[in-house]
Amino acid sequence: MTVQAAIVSPKRVGPAGELSDSLWRNPRFLLLLLLTPPLLWLGVIYLGSLFALLAQSFFSIDEFSGLINREPTLKTYRELFVPANLDILIRTVSMAAMVTIAAAAVAFPVAYFAARYATGRWKAVFYLGIMLPLWSSYLVKVYAWKLILAKEGILNWLVGKLHLTWLLDAYLQAPLIGGNSLSVSYTGTFLVFLYVWLPFMILPVQASLERVPASLIEASGDLGAAPGQTLRHVLLPLALPGIVAGSIFTFSLTLGDYIIPQIIGSSRLFIGQAVYAHQGTAGNIPLAAAFTVVPVLIMGIYLYAAKRLGAFDAL
Amino acid sequence: MRSDRQNRAPMGLKIAAAAGLLFLHLPILLIFVYAFTTEEKSYQWPPPGYTIKWLGVTWNRPDVWESLALSVKVAAISTLIAIVLGTLCAAAVSRWRFFGREAISLLVILPIALPGIITGIALRSAFNLADIPFSTWTIVLGHATFCIVVVYNNAVARFRRLSTSLIEASMDLGADGFQTFRYIVLPNLATALLAGGMLAFALSFDEVIVTTFTAGHQATLPIWMLEELVRPRQRPVTNVVAMVVVLVTFLPILAAYYLTRDGDQIGGHGK
Amino acid sequence: MTNAVSFTAVSRHFGSVRAVDDVDLEIGEGEFFAMLGPSGSGKTTCLRLIAGFEQPTSGQIRIFGEAVEGIPPYRRNVNTVFQDYALFPHLRIIDNVAYGLMVRGVGRAERHRLAEEALALVELPGYGDRRTGQLSGGQRQRVALARALVNKPRVLLLDEPLGALDQKLREQMQEELKSLQKALGITFVFVTHDQGEALSMADRIAVFNQGRIMQVGSPEDIYRRPNSRFVADFVGASNVLPPDFTGTGKWSSLRPEAIRLTSSGGKPARVAWHSFLGGQTRVVLDSQGQRLNMLLPSTEPAPQDGATVRIRWNDQDIHLMDDDR
Repeated sequence: MTVQAAIVSPKRVGPAGELSDSLWRNPRFLLLLLLTPPLLWLGVIYLGSLFALLAQSFFSIDEFSGLINREPTLKTYRELFVPANLDILIRTVSMAAMVTIAAAAVAFPVAYFAARYATGRWKAVFYLGIMLPLWSSYLVKVYAWKLILAKEGILNWLVGKLHLTWLLDAYLQAPLIGGNSLSVSYTGTFLVFLYVWLPFMILPVQASLERVPASLIEASGDLGAAPGQTLRHVLLPLALPGIVAGSIFTFSLTLGDYIIPQIIGSSRLFIGQAVYAHQGTAGNIPLAAAFTVVPVLIMGIYLYAAKRLGAFDAL
Repeated sequence: MRSDRQNRAPMGLKIAAAAGLLFLHLPILLIFVYAFTTEEKSYQWPPPGYTIKWLGVTWNRPDVWESLALSVKVAAISTLIAIVLGTLCAAAVSRWRFFGREAISLLVILPIALPGIITGIALRSAFNLADIPFSTWTIVLGHATFCIVVVYNNAVARFRRLSTSLIEASMDLGADGFQTFRYIVLPNLATALLAGGMLAFALSFDEVIVTTFTAGHQATLPIWMLEELVRPRQRPVTNVVAMVVVLVTFLPILAAYYLTRDGDQIGGHGK
Repeated sequence: MTNAVSFTAVSRHFGSVRAVDDVDLEIGEGEFFAMLGPSGSGKTTCLRLIAGFEQPTSGQIRIFGEAVEGIPPYRRNVNTVFQDYALFPHLRIIDNVAYGLMVRGVGRAERHRLAEEALALVELPGYGDRRTGQLSGGQRQRVALARALVNKPRVLLLDEPLGALDQKLREQMQEELKSLQKALGITFVFVTHDQGEALSMADRIAVFNQGRIMQVGSPEDIYRRPNSRFVADFVGASNVLPPDFTGTGKWSSLRPEAIRLTSSGGKPARVAWHSFLGGQTRVVLDSQGQRLNMLLPSTEPAPQDGATVRIRWNDQDIHLMDDDR
């Protein structure tokens, strides 16, 4: 080396070099620069809209003129508890609960098999076998069930072929769960909800089961537990955070959906439909806003409880 | 390591798992059969005959094409916005410890954690309050909001694997902030962003609940389908569109899966 | 002659933690300088201060006389070999090595030629087309070295460079690093927690503890004349003796190999236990309540555990320490 290089290189020419140096000196400024665009979008536009909506639930609607009265009042919330509206709330929450329980029951064997027994190629098959239905079009899935549950559709055809029409008819006679046909009964609505949200339950349950070492199950068997006992005392408690995490999805998605009960089901309303109807044709934004507060509150409590159970680690 | 004994699943479990998977897939497969039925007026099963003529009929329907074009446009713009915003957020959250960091991750997840109808009605009433007319951009605004989280999740996971010393090494070797971003951060992030972008595209392409509130009189493909579902006009065309939608959404999902699967090797660093 | 690196009253605090606390340090040009200390002693932070990854809370750092306050790492003509090597996983070896030249705008052909030369220097000629995943730990380390050296830095910083290597490779690399440094004449500053490594490679050593430098000196100085209980204890496992034991009024150190068995005179001591180390036997003694380590050549018979022996040492082997930390 004849000429020693300078110990400090000059700045890169141009504004880029200048900017790079000053950002390096002020990392907090760089952080601010990174956070500003997403915070403007999510914090100002999105949260702003949510709070504006919340604020509107404290307005009321003038019964005679149909105009919105902007004086803060709890009148709209009182309206939420008239029998007709209370019915809607109870119907929706019970449906969400039923769907969640059923989804957990169907998801568990699939998740357990995928987590413990599937290896290599089968692992990929299971993974995609759950991911593809999860991500495939919501409307197409609902549509598929419209095809299945139609009077002339595959399910009735299958029941006929098996000579079980009498059984289906008897089932449809039952109060509450029955109806003129499956496609206009709560059972139909329930089946579609279960179908559409099932993958959201399988994934977190599988994730939590993946973390159970196989040796634990062997240990339980080794200590004399029958398979059923192992399931109840070892597997289920360990899978619980996953089930709770999955139930966040199944519960929340059912609470807010207004399309499935509109297409498959009886004409009685769910929360989502009520919101849609009140903000649309009725123009009663305050009541619609008050309705949306219910799922937000329920999910808030639910999320808080789930966090305490450690369910977020399974997400 | 699994021993042979463990590898044999109980028969009951096998059947239950298989039944679960079949339950997930049979309804979608059914769509493929219906796309080729000769029956026009009902959902008759088994189909009385098979034809490919509905493919041609659908091909010549301008309303389908218009909805498809709008959906692709909305999904593309929303994905781009989500990639930028999601990456910025992920970079900030993974590189710094700051007050309110937890709140930001919560804020990003909120649009999909809350029922879509809430996001939808909140945006709609905000548009009304601010006197913003419905347009492609009002749809994009809603879509980008809930697409950010998919990009964010992918980017955060990759940032976590990208060791700090790589960035320091780059700066040590004379690369300034922009060069380091271009030559080191971006190449290591690329597949994660691509995967996140694909998922965001699929999410936006398929979204209907928020869209019904932000679209006004425009019809994206899902809105078109929803109208057909509520008031069926030409069932065979709907069948074909449903089949195409399934095929179109599967491709990005498969691509995203393969991208993130290989990501383990790309993102890992030697030690 | 200007110093390669000089610290004047440099501190680096992280909140209430004083990672580096009022450090003065001079590293001469062309020196092979070791910063030795336990983990968390501030040695790595000092290295990062020189590289520019950290900024001093107070005090001044000069590199070849130039104050480097506010100068980002990418404008300092100083390069680092990272503990985990930090090779870029998405680039081929040749592009890893040529990276520094590339960002400075050196043309492709020229930078590949220089990178190939640097690879030859670290005895990896023709490895350019491989990926980082295809190399062994030792080879990665050489690549990291070549990637730094190709930029012709005025100071090369090495952060625990041999930490991830196995014993045999480590000894070989010690020799190679030493001869490379002699041949290139570049100032090497390396951080280690391994006192053997520091003693065998460095021209001078700074011993760190709790953010401060305890002692700076040649390996000989540090080993034979520790200035404090900490240095005596950390470097070479000396016996640290309290003032009462020697009756000198000061703490002192006594190297284990300086203690000898004797048949008469000296001090009585009880053998607590002994262990065979190969060339030597380590004997742990208890003398008037003071625990003493002694190293005996294996050619001498080791005393029985529990036996009472007599031990002696030369007065000049007792090294008095001014600093009682």
